[in-house]
Amino acid sequence: MPADPVDHAATPNPPTRRSFGAAITTRHLTKQFGPVTALQDLSVEMPTGVVGLVGANGAGKSTLIKILLGLLPPTGGDAQILGRDARTDGLAIRQVVGYMPESDCLPPDVSATELVVHLARMSGLPSAAARERAADTLRHVGLYEERYRPIGGYSTGMKQRVKLAQALVHDPQLVLLDEPTNGLDPAGRDEMLDLIRRVHVDFGISVLVTSHLLGELERIADHVVVIEAGVLQRSTSTAEATALSGVLLVEVTDRADEVVARLRALGAAVETDGGPTFSVAADARVLDAVTAATAELGVGLVRMQRRRHHLTELFGGTR
Amino acid sequence: MSDVIHDIGFRRYEGERFGRGWIVRSLLVDTIRGIFGLGRPARSKVMPWLLVAILALPPIVIGLVVLITGADRPPISYTQYLYQLNLPISLFLAGSAPYAVSRDLRHGVMSLYLSRPLMRSDYLAARYAGLAISMFAIMAVPQTLLMIAALLAELPVDEQLVGWAGGLLMSALLAVLLSAFGLAVATLTPRRGVGVAAIITILLVVQGFSFALSGLASEEDLSDLAVVAGALDPYRLIDGLSSWVLGVDAAIGEFAPTAAWQAGVLALAWLLGVLGFGGLLLRRYRNSVPL
Repeated sequence: MPADPVDHAATPNPPTRRSFGAAITTRHLTKQFGPVTALQDLSVEMPTGVVGLVGANGAGKSTLIKILLGLLPPTGGDAQILGRDARTDGLAIRQVVGYMPESDCLPPDVSATELVVHLARMSGLPSAAARERAADTLRHVGLYEERYRPIGGYSTGMKQRVKLAQALVHDPQLVLLDEPTNGLDPAGRDEMLDLIRRVHVDFGISVLVTSHLLGELERIADHVVVIEAGVLQRSTSTAEATALSGVLLVEVTDRADEVVARLRALGAAVETDGGPTFSVAADARVLDAVTAATAELGVGLVRMQRRRHHLTELFGGTR
Repeated sequence: MSDVIHDIGFRRYEGERFGRGWIVRSLLVDTIRGIFGLGRPARSKVMPWLLVAILALPPIVIGLVVLITGADRPPISYTQYLYQLNLPISLFLAGSAPYAVSRDLRHGVMSLYLSRPLMRSDYLAARYAGLAISMFAIMAVPQTLLMIAALLAELPVDEQLVGWAGGLLMSALLAVLLSAFGLAVATLTPRRGVGVAAIITILLVVQGFSFALSGLASEEDLSDLAVVAGALDPYRLIDGLSSWVLGVDAAIGEFAPTAAWQAGVLALAWLLGVLGFGGLLLRRYRNSVPL
């Protein structure tokens, strides 16, 4: 039974509403708190789409976000977000950017609806629009009847959804999500990651999402930036990084050694440990040779799959 | 939690986005509503409205007394009323000021405000103005009832209207000073209960202290000091200012200012109080309120 021969091609990025080239650009950005350097000479361009910002706790992720929101003046260098200067255009930036804090930020005695309506007004929306959009946004993040109950009784997962909703309610062009999966169980983590991916794919809003786990951002990010102790380690498009490696993984039901022998006879480079699965440097000729060999020998082809690189292989040391 | 989403798609918002003026106004309205418990659970409505009732009841009684006895003036003047009912006013302040700011500090809500298109000072201005307007309202409403009662008793209209206007002016001055003080104390602690206790305690202690000081001073024949000690207590301060500026009877006639410089000291104390507490608030929100 032949399996899906090759991985599905990556879904193409949907068009975002406005193209700024880079969503976020920093040049020689430095931030010092007394003797402590939180960010050091950080020059990086982050495209629109989903950008993952990875670093251990204390690597400077939250500091970078506060600078980008125009709430913390950098010690040196500059930062542009959606074409606006973070040093001087804080108000204009905060009108078109949403922010989901890492910490607890929800008053327990009001309902999600009341809070999100209020915060929509605080973003400048008229009352009627605030009510309408709050209801819409809460539904989009998956909060239904419970949105009328006080937030104090919510689970961590529900609270994270409210935090995400308040960042989206004013229809920003970009949201900054600080550790959105913190404190969630594995299932909640998966749901949150899917939701974040949807924020970009379905809502057309660019996302900068931070995490200390590279593995989870690899799944949803188009571009990954790694910082460590305030210093840029790497800035890579994930499409590039996880490009097809050109190695074909083949698994047959039986007589693997004979299949390997036939392929080698055709000059293909095969690596095998003698088991039913082996890998072969792939080109169009080899693909045909594999199918021909299995057909002639009468063995079943279980799997024929291109291997991908994983980001974690590239950034081995950063986890 | 159901993950079925009956999706009509995410809708863009192309409508109007208002600026800081709208945001500050909305936050101010939110503050006033919250202080009076509107849009909050029923138990949050009990204290503010009980205190409003306590403040509004005496004018009705006074009105009846004037009607029955046929007196030619109410037994209490508009500004004396502020002093006589200082305890419920203080209690209202103690309940309201922490509500206005402690909740946001305690639960980290400030980060949601600060990431929006407003400045730290906008937030503070809206909360402060909301509290000051609420404080003014709870003083102005009973004074207005008192005025209506006096007019119904057919007391001289001019006299009553002038007295009432003077009472409103002094209510405004008191509201501005008390609100600055209340917020400055409330922002020192994210714990609401501590804030409530601190405000009421400080107001009672400074009142006791100012009376003790005045009493001692008058025994020692230091009548100037006896008057000026009134500057320590917001209610005595306003009472003294009323008697000098408006020429009405002071609630505490014994220590009413008799010289212009004494009234000047009271006025200066008011100004220093408002600027000092306001400055403390601004500094606190600029420097130490984290995102």
